[in-house]
Amino acid sequence: MQFLRLFRTTTFRLAVIYLLLFLVAVLPVLGFIYWSTATLLERQVDEILSAEVVGLEEIYRGRQLAGLIEVVTARANRGDGALYMLARSDGSALAGNLKSWPVTRSDPHGRLTFNYRQRGVQGKRPARGEYFLLSGGVQLLVGRDVSQMRQVQRLILNALAAALAATIGLGMFGGVVTSRRMMQRLEAITRTSRNIIAGDLTQRVRLKGAGDEIDQLADNLNAMLDQIERLMMGMREVADNIAHDLKTPLTRLRNRIEGALIAPAGRADHASALERALEETDQILKTFNALLSIARLEAGAIATRAEPLDLKDVAGGVIELYEPFAEERQVRLVLDAASPARMRGHSELLSQALANLVDNAIKFSPAGGTIRVRVARRAEPPAVEISVADDGPGIPAADRERVLSRFVRLEASRNTPGSGLGLSLVSAVVHLHEGRLELEAAHREAPHGLLARLVFPAEI
Amino acid sequence: MGLRRHWGTGEESAVMRILVVEDDEEAAAYLVKGLKECGHVVDHAGDGARGLEMALSGSYDCLIVDRMLPLRDGLSLVSALREEKDTTPVLFLSALGDVDDRVRGLRAGGDDYLPKPYSFSELLARIDALMRRRNPDQVKTKLVVGDLVMDLLARKVRRGEIDIDLQPREFRLLEYLMKHAGQVVTRTMLLENVWEYHFDPQTNVIDVHISRLRSKIDKTFPTQLLHTVRGAGYTIRAVS
Repeated sequence: MQFLRLFRTTTFRLAVIYLLLFLVAVLPVLGFIYWSTATLLERQVDEILSAEVVGLEEIYRGRQLAGLIEVVTARANRGDGALYMLARSDGSALAGNLKSWPVTRSDPHGRLTFNYRQRGVQGKRPARGEYFLLSGGVQLLVGRDVSQMRQVQRLILNALAAALAATIGLGMFGGVVTSRRMMQRLEAITRTSRNIIAGDLTQRVRLKGAGDEIDQLADNLNAMLDQIERLMMGMREVADNIAHDLKTPLTRLRNRIEGALIAPAGRADHASALERALEETDQILKTFNALLSIARLEAGAIATRAEPLDLKDVAGGVIELYEPFAEERQVRLVLDAASPARMRGHSELLSQALANLVDNAIKFSPAGGTIRVRVARRAEPPAVEISVADDGPGIPAADRERVLSRFVRLEASRNTPGSGLGLSLVSAVVHLHEGRLELEAAHREAPHGLLARLVFPAEI
Repeated sequence: MGLRRHWGTGEESAVMRILVVEDDEEAAAYLVKGLKECGHVVDHAGDGARGLEMALSGSYDCLIVDRMLPLRDGLSLVSALREEKDTTPVLFLSALGDVDDRVRGLRAGGDDYLPKPYSFSELLARIDALMRRRNPDQVKTKLVVGDLVMDLLARKVRRGEIDIDLQPREFRLLEYLMKHAGQVVTRTMLLENVWEYHFDPQTNVIDVHISRLRSKIDKTFPTQLLHTVRGAGYTIRAVS
């Protein structure tokens, strides 16, 4: 089963293809080795034969047949594997160490390959020779026993075949091993994913540490899982916060209604209880709407298009709206705007975000305090920013990071009036505009006051 | 809160014929009852197709249409109505309360948009405003409430013999109130029409603007013109 699956894997197929390519490269090399060793021996034999034929021809020319017979007989008896046959035209032997004229085949170069029988030796032996016709019909065959050479050739061939087999075998083995290892690592990832799908989000794919593609894949998967886990945690936190933000006023509302029901009928404060219940309901709806719009903003579910706008106009409008309220609270509201600070955005949402910041700033400023709203441009990279700084208590440095994450509220602000989701909404609006929200102390010395700065990409 | 218009005004609006297109029985019953108690003549349609039929056949002064309806949704109902050149004012009611939904509703031919849940006083105020918009008294150059006179051309306000100096926004605020003299104007309506903001500020900043305006037009005078209507909003009217 496992093995069958192996054949289906991409990595195995790749291994086979690589093996074939490897063979295509290796086969010519082996062929060349064979040619340069085995055929070299053959050529050497042929050269010796040619030289001998030339020599014997000279002897015949000088010393006639008798001299040739003498030399051939002498050489034939040396027993060094040299073969001779001198015969008359009718085939009867004159000298030499071959029993009979062999049946020969000649190759294109005039070489003869034949098998011969030697006196006193059983069986035929392979030989190679050259045939020569002398004047007077006398024929001369000069040969060499090539049984040893053939053996060497066979050895070489065997060795090469073995090398080829080993190449194929090792290639196959290597391919299988590599693909199996690959498969096991992928299998591990699949297994982990299955566990995660089953609900265990804490699982992570183990890295081999090689930094290869599979590690990179695993790394990305892990990063994705981290992100999902963070989002899940966020969701849980959101759910908890929603529960808290809505349950508390709902409980109050319920108590109020119940209290009014229990009280003796016709009491004058029924009307006021109802009125308070109505107020409470409105507050709950406000919170609910705020939660909804934050969720929608976070999801980027905005159909209206971003339009070119000037942050100075946004700031001007909001300040104009809040100025009387600030005056009532004896807080100075100062606008410091360098026009133009152009960007693309949703004017309504940006106004709402700024209104939330100004609203908060006024509520947290002591009487006689000053709130500075600053609109500015940045050159590099082109950005526009709007900041609201107050003289209030500010947010402790340790908590700043936390309040920026979605829906997080500090315990202290949870019980102040208003939906308290103001900063979450600001954060959502900023994210929607691909900007960033920075919080710092408005006053460096004896750090206090909150400076909230929204930075957006400028319109070029 | 009583549904009767106990803030009834000097120039009482005429009885209106209103069609409510709403599929939720209870919500519809609440609306019909409330509107009837205010002296209006009210019909009800439970789905979009019936609603369109009734709107086309009857002559209504105003339609209150839910966005999500069986058979034909509210947007398509109003689009169809407008294609028939019917210009009856339409107020959309919808659980979808986003700026986007609002824009979509107005684009389809609605005249106003009220997200659910709404307060009845807000609904009444908006219907009154719609009717006023439908029957504009000839283009006025002067608004008068009691001894308060606004000259729209000269951009000047006088009460009795005294010139009143207003900031531009205060002028627009007073202008809107005076154009709707005798009607209740809610905070949301003011925010939408005078400031053109469609979000709810966390604080009732409008109240402060009103009290500023009041200190200019009412404070030094024996009679009050600008009144707060509890649980609803404001109204400007001459003592009757």
